[in-house]
Amino acid sequence: MTDTITTTIDESLLKGSAATDADEICMQVKNLSLFYGEAQALTDISFEMKKNRVTAFIGPSGCGKSTLLRCFNRMNDLVDSVRVEGAIMLDGDNIYAPDVDVTSLRQRVGMVFQKPNPFPMSIFENVAYGLRLQGINKRRHLEEKIEWALKGAALWEEVKDRLEESALGLSGGQQQRLVIARAIAIEPEILLLDEPASALDPISTLKIEELIYELKSQYTILIVTHNMQQAARVSDETAFMYLGEMIEFGETNKIFTNPAKKQTEDYITGRYG
Amino acid sequence: MIQQQGMTQKTKAWFKSGTPWIWMNAGAIAISLVAVFGLLLLILFRGMSHFWPANVDAFYYENGSNSLTVIAEVVESEIVPAKSLHGIDNTGGDAEGNIERYLVKTGNRDILGSDFRWLYDIDLVKREQPEELMVLERIEWGNFYGYLNSVYENDELVASGDQAWPEFNERLRRTIEIREKILHLEQVEIGAINYKLERLRLKERSLQLDDELTEDAAKELAEVRAELDLEYEDLLKETKILYQDINRDSIRATVMDGSEVTVPLEKIVKSWQPNNMSIANKLGFYVYTLWNFITEDPREANTEGGIFPAIFGTVMMVMLMAVLVTPLGVIAAVYLREYARQGVLIRVIRIAVNNLAGVPSIVYGVFGLGFFIYFLGGNIDALFFPEALPSPTFGTPGLMWSSLTLALLTLPVVIVATEEGLSRIPRSLREGSLGLGATKAETLWRVVLPMASPAIMTGLILAVARAAGEVAPLMLVGVVKLAPSLPLDGNFPFLHLDRKFMHLGFHIYDVGFQSPNVEAARPLVYATSFLLVVVIVTLNLTAINLRNRLREKYRALDN
Repeated sequence: MTDTITTTIDESLLKGSAATDADEICMQVKNLSLFYGEAQALTDISFEMKKNRVTAFIGPSGCGKSTLLRCFNRMNDLVDSVRVEGAIMLDGDNIYAPDVDVTSLRQRVGMVFQKPNPFPMSIFENVAYGLRLQGINKRRHLEEKIEWALKGAALWEEVKDRLEESALGLSGGQQQRLVIARAIAIEPEILLLDEPASALDPISTLKIEELIYELKSQYTILIVTHNMQQAARVSDETAFMYLGEMIEFGETNKIFTNPAKKQTEDYITGRYG
Repeated sequence: MIQQQGMTQKTKAWFKSGTPWIWMNAGAIAISLVAVFGLLLLILFRGMSHFWPANVDAFYYENGSNSLTVIAEVVESEIVPAKSLHGIDNTGGDAEGNIERYLVKTGNRDILGSDFRWLYDIDLVKREQPEELMVLERIEWGNFYGYLNSVYENDELVASGDQAWPEFNERLRRTIEIREKILHLEQVEIGAINYKLERLRLKERSLQLDDELTEDAAKELAEVRAELDLEYEDLLKETKILYQDINRDSIRATVMDGSEVTVPLEKIVKSWQPNNMSIANKLGFYVYTLWNFITEDPREANTEGGIFPAIFGTVMMVMLMAVLVTPLGVIAAVYLREYARQGVLIRVIRIAVNNLAGVPSIVYGVFGLGFFIYFLGGNIDALFFPEALPSPTFGTPGLMWSSLTLALLTLPVVIVATEEGLSRIPRSLREGSLGLGATKAETLWRVVLPMASPAIMTGLILAVARAAGEVAPLMLVGVVKLAPSLPLDGNFPFLHLDRKFMHLGFHIYDVGFQSPNVEAARPLVYATSFLLVVVIVTLNLTAINLRNRLREKYRALDN
């Protein structure tokens, strides 16, 4: 078991060094369509994401942003009637290939949800959860990892003296950072953030945004947001979605200042959505 | 006309305002509360007043040449028309109009033939409460009422007159000590030897059945048996000496008809002079009597003594039931809610499970008897306990089968409650766990089930409440009027699941309706009912407390 840990750490180190090459493709979406029963939720989506960049998905409610995000860690599999066509290539392998182990995919692609969802356990156990799933149970090892993860999520200073207290006693913003710590504790390659700040107050939101900026150096981040200023602030690239289709995808600067499509411009300027 | 219109409008407004509804709702609550508390108070008062050392009266009746003295406790009184009594009054006289009559407890069943009689309020010359009147609780024949005359040791006078009462109590204490020793020797030590001897016999028989009873083995067994027999002889000798000791003292006392009787101390449990006791003394005595009732074994066909085995049996059976029903119910609910494809079949199964809760409990009893005891138990006996046959081990009603039957009876409640709990776990928490690479099973074990534990406890609380009060099925699968030994004792394997046991609910039925002495049993019925309620409430409060702690620990995310 320890062998696998060291290899994952080594790999991440290698990736960290490779991260200097900013143009390396991390993920490729090829002609992705998704159906809930008969209803089509995503239509023929194709784009590429580069390593260590932040990609934001914007669009009006119900446009399929979250559905698309949940394709990357196959969270949509939980819905009975769902059907996916096309492919998502992660490091060259299709994550929808029949032989893919969904649990190890989810260890590589971490996710943070809209509402903070800490487990009803201690702060320590919350962060240790993913590690324990991988069979890491040694206290010393866990402590190291947890400190590292909590520092990574900018929460360590606030909770280091009360790790054994219930996570439910934290504020909303702290809970959300705890959930981020929980996600990065298992060292994923990609982080999916589904409106991570929508349930938080402005100060907590700011903290999360700063955190996203920090995390960018180590992870490829995909973020869904309703808040266009937020998208403009935190992301390198932005995708605008409407009615299950990807209308426009490009550099954030370009999308916000000089969008190619009229629909994008209408949305950004607040004409609908 | 206008006024009338005003009235109807007012009435309409009153109805519209919802006031009548509020009154109706409050009224319903009030009636429910009165009913519940009335019930509790009734059984509390009727049951608990039984243990109070009430004063004893001496009644003197005279009608011409006939005279009668009655020494008794008044139990209840009522006014009846004299006509209906015609010719059956105390002394044979006649009366007119309405007269009062009393139900009194005279005790001394061995002398008078019955404990209770009716007295009529005519020809009464004198009624007093003599201080020196003595009441004895005896091992047999119920209470004794009379005046203490003298104390004897081996038929030799030791004390009489004023010295008699203290001397008697001194000697009674000694007698009780010896009695406890004898009880310990007989039930615990000799009981253990008997148990070992029985196991030895079974071992021998089992070797015989397997054709392995070699001479060596037989010799070894014989040696052990000889050793046990020797121990047994020793203990028997010891008890014989104790029996001689305990039979040493006796008292002579005058009863109400004037005759003097001898009562051996060995037959006496307690003695008191109620008319001579202060309220504080009586209170102390009351608590002591109540404590005896809770902690002692029953005597005299359950109409005297305590109900400890019944309390113990009830609690034991319910706890065992809880241990059996919880895993079964939870696992079934997890499958139904988490794994099974939600379709017509599952809906039908769910309806069937819900309806199982409505099956009359006696039907479960019949099923338990037919399937568990005769089929399962019979086969277990044939497979594992052939040496004991033809006398059955598990093929007969017992604690395990009772618990299992009630577990089956309460299974639907646990399943439904658990399913409810599982469906309430927020989706976001499941996704949080799955998103960290947990499988569905891991998510269930680590997040969902702990969070559903308060709901599971709720199911268990309902199950316990139902099971503890159930009597009908138990009569078929394991409860008896009098169990010779508790299901838990010091003999290996300590917990005897095959034993029959006593149960408070059945005890109530038995004392109330199967007792040879109805008047004596009546207060015990109330007292036992009250204790049954107390036991159920205690079990429930424990479970509720546990649930509240779990709730606090796993309180779901409110935001």
